[in-house]
Order: sequence, then C-alpha cells, then structure tokens
Amino acid sequence: MKIMEKAEHFETVMVDTDLLILGGGMAACGAAYEASHWAKQHNLRVTLVDKAAMERSGAVAMGLSAINQYLGLKDGRNKLEDYITYVKNDLMGIARDDLVANIARHVDSSVHLFEKWGLPIWKDEQGNYVNEGRWQIMINGESYKPIVAEATKNALNELGENGSYYERIFITGPLLDGNRCIGATGFSVRENKFYVFKAKSVIAAMGGAVHVFRPRSDGEGMGRSWYPPFNSGASAYFTLKAGAEMTCQEIRFVPVRFKDAYGPVGAWFLLFKSQATNALGENYMETRADELKNWLPYGTAKPTPANLRNYLMMLEVQEGKHPIYMRTEEAIQNIVRMSSDEESARKTLKRLGNEAWEDFLDMTISQALLWASTNVKPEEKPSEIAACEPYFIGSHSGGSGAWVSGPEDLAPPDYRWGYPNMTTVQGLYAAGDASGASSHKFSSGSFTEGRIAGKAAISFCVDHPGMAEPPEEKIIEIKENTFKPLQTFDQHKEYTNNTNVNPHFIKPHMFMFRLQKIMDEYAGGVSSLFRTSRPLLEKGLEFLQFMKEDAEKLAAEDSNELMRCWENIHRLWQAESHIRTMLFREETRWPGYYFRTDFPTMDKNWRCFVNCRWDPESDEWEMMRKEVIDLI
Amino acid sequence: MPSFVITQKCDGCKALDRTACQYICPNDLMVLDRETGKAYNRAPEMCWECYSCVKICPTQAIEVRGYADFIPMGAVVHPMRGTDHILWTVKFRDGQVQRFKFPIRTTQEGKANPDAGYPTGTEDLKSPLLRTEPDSTGMSDLAKI
Repeated sequence: MKIMEKAEHFETVMVDTDLLILGGGMAACGAAYEASHWAKQHNLRVTLVDKAAMERSGAVAMGLSAINQYLGLKDGRNKLEDYITYVKNDLMGIARDDLVANIARHVDSSVHLFEKWGLPIWKDEQGNYVNEGRWQIMINGESYKPIVAEATKNALNELGENGSYYERIFITGPLLDGNRCIGATGFSVRENKFYVFKAKSVIAAMGGAVHVFRPRSDGEGMGRSWYPPFNSGASAYFTLKAGAEMTCQEIRFVPVRFKDAYGPVGAWFLLFKSQATNALGENYMETRADELKNWLPYGTAKPTPANLRNYLMMLEVQEGKHPIYMRTEEAIQNIVRMSSDEESARKTLKRLGNEAWEDFLDMTISQALLWASTNVKPEEKPSEIAACEPYFIGSHSGGSGAWVSGPEDLAPPDYRWGYPNMTTVQGLYAAGDASGASSHKFSSGSFTEGRIAGKAAISFCVDHPGMAEPPEEKIIEIKENTFKPLQTFDQHKEYTNNTNVNPHFIKPHMFMFRLQKIMDEYAGGVSSLFRTSRPLLEKGLEFLQFMKEDAEKLAAEDSNELMRCWENIHRLWQAESHIRTMLFREETRWPGYYFRTDFPTMDKNWRCFVNCRWDPESDEWEMMRKEVIDLI
Repeated sequence: MPSFVITQKCDGCKALDRTACQYICPNDLMVLDRETGKAYNRAPEMCWECYSCVKICPTQAIEVRGYADFIPMGAVVHPMRGTDHILWTVKFRDGQVQRFKFPIRTTQEGKANPDAGYPTGTEDLKSPLLRTEPDSTGMSDLAKI
C-alpha cells in the first residue's frame, strides 16, 4: 500500500504506563505533581507527554505578573461562597458550583507550595501577600513556569523508574476501547518515531485553542495572540474524539487588552485604579450604566462581568467613539497626588513606573516593546485598549471544555458519575482549559485542578487494575492516518513547481487561514464586530464541512509541518463544536463575547448549560441542555 | 522577525548536547541549519515573542525585533537572566534607555522540594485531601460551603 511507505519510516514505540498525562502546562504539572505522591504508595507508573519542553510549556511560558486565584481562606479574607458567586456572575449564571468550589478550597495550598518552591510573591510591611484585586495577588513571575516545572520533575523523579516525561511528542488522538480511554498516540517532532502510549487512565490537559478565529494582526504579528499560538485545540479534539460530552463550547473568551501587543490590563484597572474612556474622555462604564439593566441580575453584579464591560466598550466602537483609552496618565497622577511632599511624590512615581513596566516584562514583553517603540511614558499619555479576537480558554473567563464529574462531597447526583474530574468516558480525565463550566481557574486553579484530577486518576488505576490491549490493526490504521499528510505531499510534489500550490493537496498554513476566515466572518469574529445569527452560523457550518473533507488532503513536507497539519485538524473540531453550540442556544447571554442578532436578548429559559457530544460510532452530533444546579 | 539570530554570535551550541533555543521554544520554531551551523526562527509569524530562546541562549545571539506589521522600528527590549534576578534594558525609539531589575526566584535552582515540608494528612485515595493538605492550606481542614 502506498500510504504505508511513508509511515514505515517511523519506528513504532510502545510505552506502557498506568497514568498518562497529556500536556505540560500548569494543569498537567499539577496532575503529575499530585499523582506522583499517590502512585508511589501504590507502586504505579506516571508518564507525562508534552509537545514542548516542560520548563517553558503552556500559557505561563513567558511568565505572569499576578496569580489571579488566591482566596486567603486561612486569614478569613473570603469564603468559598464568595468565589462561586463571583464566577457565576461573571459567566452570566452559567458555572458548575461544585467544580468551582472544589478548586477554590484547594487553590491556596497550591499557591503556598509555589512560594516555598521559590516563586517570589509580593509582600506588604506586615508580611501579607499584596493583593491586586480581591482574588489576585502580585508576583515577580518571570520564572513561575520553570519553578513549577522543576518541582514537577522532582516529584516524578521520586518515583524512580515509575515516573517519566517525554518532551516534543505531539499527541494526535485517543486510543479507545468502547467507552473507555486506554491511551493516546502521537509522533516525535525530533525523531522518526510513532508513539503508542497505553494506560489505565488518561488526563487531558493540553490547553485551550488559539488561531481558530482570524487575529487582528495577520502579518508577522499573527504570533502575538493574547493566549499562546501553540495552544491549538488539542484538548477539545482529544475529548471530542473520545466521545466525551462537552460543555459551554459556545463560551469563548474575548479579552480586552492593550491594543495590538495585548499587554495585561488587570494591574491598571485593579492595582492602579485606572479608568477606561472613549476618545471624547467619557467613561463608558458610567455613561452607559443604563445598558447594564438589560442584563439583570448579572448587569448590576460587582464587579461587572467581563463580557458586559466588553459590550459597553463595543457599543462605543460601533458608534465610532474610539479609540478607547486606558487612562494611565490620570491613574498615575491620582496616586502621586496623594504623596505628602515632592520627595515622596518622586519616589512614588519611580515605584509605579517600575511596577507598570514589570507587569509587561513579566508576561507580555511585546507590550513593553510597543511602548518603547512608540515612546510611551504611561505617566504622560494614555494607551489604546481593544477587544482581541476570540479564544477558547475554559480556565480564564471563557467556559469551554469537557463535562466532568464533580467531587463526592460537593456535587449533586446529576453532576456526579464517578471520580472527580472524570469525563463521561471511563478513565479519561480533564483539567485546566480541557475541563469546562469551571471558569476563573487561571494559573493557580489550573494547577490545582490538575492535582484533583491526578489523585482521582490514580484512584481509578487502583480500582481498575486491568489493562486493555488495542488491536494491532487499529494501531496500524492510526499510524497510517497520522503520517498521511507526509505521504500526500510525497505523492504529488512533482506535479507542480511550487511546493505550496498544488491542486492535489492543501498546506496547513492556508488551511488555518481558511478556518480563520470562516470563523471571523460567519461565527462572530473581530471583523463582524462579534455578531452572528442562525443564517450566518449555518453558512459557516456548511463551509466547515468542506474543510473536514479537505482535511484528508492536508500535506506536510516534514515533521514540523505534520504537527501544523494536526494542530489545524484540532482547531477545526473546536470550531465545529463552537458553531453547533452557538446555533443551539437561541439567545444572547454574553453580549460582549458574541451577539446573536436574531436573538438579541437574554432569555431566562436558557439559563442552562448547553452540552454536545460527537458519537464515535455514528459520526453524529447530539446537542443537549443540562440544568444549572445552584448550591448556594 | 520576532526573535532573530545574530549570525556572528551563534555557534550552534557546539559545546552542548542540544541547541538551547531549539530545546526551549514552546512553538518548535527554532532550528539548527546543519550546513551553516547556525540556528534560526523558521516561522516568525508564529512567534509569541515569549523570549524563552533569548533568555536561554548561552552566547546571547538571539534578540527580538518587534512585529514589523505594527511595531515602529528602533526600540530594543533585552533581558539578562541570572539565577535569582533578571535585568531588562529598554531602549526607546527616541534613544532614551531605562533599566529594570526584578527578582525571579527565592530558592536555589533545582532545589524545589515537592512536599515543601508539609506532611500529607491522609493515605486515603478517596479523601478529598490532596498531597500536603491540610497543612499547606494553612488550616486544620478543608474549607466548606
């Protein structure tokens, strides 16, 4: 067979383990950290597989300037109920209280560990953490990820031969035995190797999805996505293809950030108490306060939900009242004005300057570069902010991910069918961006959710000691499919004299642009002012079906391009589940994330989760409503 | 080109068992050109400008030139990452220079102890208590709703 030829260049490596952790970011590290401890007690093996190098893998690769989830429970600063209320209001009533509470009751422990491992956390004169906002604490976070990765590797090392991690292996999809996940397959981007990981339980923690929508910058600056470009929908694809029920696939996140370089705004809004205004100097949160009453009870919640803040700003833009400005100059002057004398004013100004620049240098260095290149001194002039393109990031202010079981002591019966954080597929767990309906986990909560999943998955291994063997012909079929883009290229490359233009195949870069154009224009991207409707979504879905067919003709010249092919197949599935879910929900619930022009208001009958499932047997999609059960 | 390699300074990490930038890039963009013995960024439009390659390069051969489609030319932001702090030089387009120094870690590299001295209060796999808990929460038991 022709296809076998190319696949034969790749040696098949079989790896047997007990717990397989997919990903290398905060959630995956949390899972490996926790699982190592329990695996040691039960003599089990833990294997982590990462597409990158753990030291700088995932969304925290560049660093962070704040930890956004810390409750301060030990000091009585907050209660679990406070966090649940905050999250549910921000998501317009759509969140799983049990999952949010489970993460919240453990997250402080994770932060205390980070500090002991060496992460510098800002302290005030009394030795308390410095809060940026109610839930956010300030850190010197350049090495946040290397520190967490180091502790994770040290934890795996404690297992001796039973603990291992593989880097630069790209996971393409799940290995299944009916409704049980028994491993994963992938390939090395460094060596000609095809990997088959067989496991008793599997944790999907491969991040969210970027570049599904057309970005604002489509030249070189395409790489400057707010969330990293290497998070390409692998989690959603993996759980969907395993047949897991997914939730909140419509709840994308549209961050408002400093325009173009996407620098963080949290410190400016929360720490420096800055306001944002339109071009005329009007604070739209005040002038448009009446609009919030159309979105009750969430419209008047404090803080105002992120999507509603976005929406008020978007209304300004629609009326041509932009640029929108973060009034940095005003905020700094307000703080400096409180100084008692000139000397202390000078010192305050210097301190604020340091803090403002560190905020960018710790987590979005490009923003510092943009300020330097445009001679911006934040104390002198304001800087533009804008709504970025949509992202899939269930760990932040979006909600997308797999529908997972809640913990026994918190979850109502309808939310509980097994082990904490297990999907509806036996033995398959999800954490971080991979699990849905539990927003506002951020870095610390994602690590924490990984820990919860890690312990639960080891518990599953102990209870299910049997190991299923995937049939050999299935492995051969998957292997051929994995390397098909290499074969396609090889087979047709001689036909034309341009390796990128050939009627027999499509290269992943153009495939991605095609997806982004469809999503942008039909599914409410930046150029559509985040607006969409049934006719638009149906048209978009029609175009996605052509893409699914053409995905069979993706072509790759080398293993790097092969990875790009698979990344875009992953994005395509994320996109399809997104459009299908937006179509199903006939209302507008998050107007600043997307606006259904045919159903322009929020409908209380839609205060429910919308879940979807792709059936691996029938290749059909099922859409379903699930009740929101309030615990408080 | 987001991150770029200064030809003269790059030695292809001859002294190491692997090219540092290739090892670290989260998006698998840095590659070693076997013929020239120099590394390069193969897809600048997919570069996040995370500076991981810049920080790790042993010969300081990698810098970042801002995205040409929205960043005016001339500015430089460059780090020197030490074991416990990082030094940033920010050169503005108008020539002004600012320097910043921030701590990056409080412990010796490699010494992060997973348990950090906290005992784990249970051996029960079904208990909601996680490794190091409840001690690491700072409380005697998990918070309840």
